[in-house]
Amino acid sequence: MSRILFELSTPGRPGFALPAGGPQGTARLGDSKLRQDAMGLPELSELDVLRHFVELSTLNHSIAAGFYPLGSCTMKYNPVLNENLAGLPGFAGCHPGQTPETVQGCLELMWELEQKLKAVTGFPAVSLQPVAGAQGEFVAMAIARRYFEDRGERRELVIIPDSAHGTNPASVAMAGLKSVTINSGDNGLVKLESLAEALNDNVAAVMLTNPNTLGLFETEIRAIAKLVHDAGALLYMDGANMNALTGRVHPASLGFDMMHLNLHKTFSTPHGGGGPGAGPVGVTAELAEFLPGLRVVRGDDGFRANPASKAIGSVHGANGNFAMLLRALAYIIRLGGDGLKDVSGGAVLNANYLQARLRDTLEIPHDGLCMHEFVASGRSLKPHGVRTMDVAKRLLDFGMHAPTIYFPLIVPEALMIEPTETESLATLDEFVAVMKQIVAEAAEDPEILLKAPLTTPVGRLDEVGAVKNLLVVEPPTGEGEGS
Amino acid sequence: MSEYPSNCLYTKDHEWVAVEGDVATIGITDYAQGELDAITFIELPAMGDLLEVGGACGTIEAVKVAEDIFSPVAGEVVDVNGALEDEPEIVNNSPFDDGWFFKVKLSNTDDLTDLMDKDAYLAMVGE
Repeated sequence: MSRILFELSTPGRPGFALPAGGPQGTARLGDSKLRQDAMGLPELSELDVLRHFVELSTLNHSIAAGFYPLGSCTMKYNPVLNENLAGLPGFAGCHPGQTPETVQGCLELMWELEQKLKAVTGFPAVSLQPVAGAQGEFVAMAIARRYFEDRGERRELVIIPDSAHGTNPASVAMAGLKSVTINSGDNGLVKLESLAEALNDNVAAVMLTNPNTLGLFETEIRAIAKLVHDAGALLYMDGANMNALTGRVHPASLGFDMMHLNLHKTFSTPHGGGGPGAGPVGVTAELAEFLPGLRVVRGDDGFRANPASKAIGSVHGANGNFAMLLRALAYIIRLGGDGLKDVSGGAVLNANYLQARLRDTLEIPHDGLCMHEFVASGRSLKPHGVRTMDVAKRLLDFGMHAPTIYFPLIVPEALMIEPTETESLATLDEFVAVMKQIVAEAAEDPEILLKAPLTTPVGRLDEVGAVKNLLVVEPPTGEGEGS
Repeated sequence: MSEYPSNCLYTKDHEWVAVEGDVATIGITDYAQGELDAITFIELPAMGDLLEVGGACGTIEAVKVAEDIFSPVAGEVVDVNGALEDEPEIVNNSPFDDGWFFKVKLSNTDDLTDLMDKDAYLAMVGE
């Protein structure tokens, strides 16, 4: 295994040398402001550093290295064009602290993206500030709380189906509200009776993922929205699964009052270690005044950025991860409305193809037409002493990332498979062949699965040990090594 | 696989309840520990806590999931299994004996009437 940079450090081997006596011709800070102690940074040549990171990159799996069907994460291809544009010096060299008149181009870009996201969602107002999906959820719950406080109402509860992402109840708690779980029906969808029973005048909001985490569209969504609104509550859409709907449906038209989008899922910005994320929130006109951060407006004298009148505050030091906003806008402009429609069409087609081809290999508890993902169960492998975890580990031996496993919680031994639209038929067929081989191995030679992965840089990790025995390595301090 | 005691009652949340006089001992079933797989942390209620039926009173953390512990009965906590703090894996190895969670002095024995017997529970989990 690679050593970390601090372990590779050799005293006196700098990457470059500063001129003797420090930089010439520039103002010097007073002595009182110069640090006296060593910085404690590792000392390596540029080549040492380059080799270190190239080696690390070969140990990693990414969408650039192979298939990555991680359900609910939408690990789609990140187009190179996005990176080229984000690297333009006019963008890359900007600082969030610059005055508006010096960053008119950046503000225009943000304004433009807001218009696009309004068109995608059907909501009349969008905040670009949240920097993660879960932060978008939190923002929406904070808006719900502020909205009712503003009306002089006290509502404390948020209803969440048992199929929801675990971030939903966490976001509710962070916003100072309490979550109430309702059980899904046998068909995996929200049961209207259970929802009606849970609704009352203490409910601030209902959080719903549509399509839900089983990859099923909530077909009763309009009836759900009516129940929620009749109870005076707000309906929020967790937009993690928007890749199934782009260009097809405006969530606002389904009766939602708020939603977040994951630009790092649906709109192709980097994801999974390559982030950072971006989770813009769209809301109805009634809720627009509560949106966080700066809202970009176009005036006669150019673009300006001001907080909304009753903003819940700011959830990020700057106004969101600008370079991600840039990439997402590039993706949207490049595809256009028809292209975005093809995205969701391709995502749904690919998922249904995999589901149909794996139907005789793995149990699919909520079988039927799926959206952009589906959930299989590894339960049938249990008699062989093999579990879903072992299947996931074995997939790594074939250069494929495992699907999301053990989620959603309502399916035992779950494998949540989301191929995305960017995979070819050949890749999907290869995945099917590998899954069939692994399931055959489970019956014929389960030892292979229990020992997998066999070909990766590291084998089966001690996950219990990793959770129970945290080992934190402190960087060595640079004592006695000059200043 | 551990033997399911027939003198215990069982809940749909995969807990077992053993009653002696007015004190109930509570733990999770062999099926539950198997589903959770390697348990890494268990947070139990404290001595003297007053529990309600169905109220969340602790947490079980395994490698792949964290679950709430729901009290199947109402009453005061009169004993907790301190050994689980350092060695939660006891629950994986001995769910019905050494892996018990906590004891409750029952405030209402009617709470027990909704619980399942061994056969009904095993039928529910399909074993």
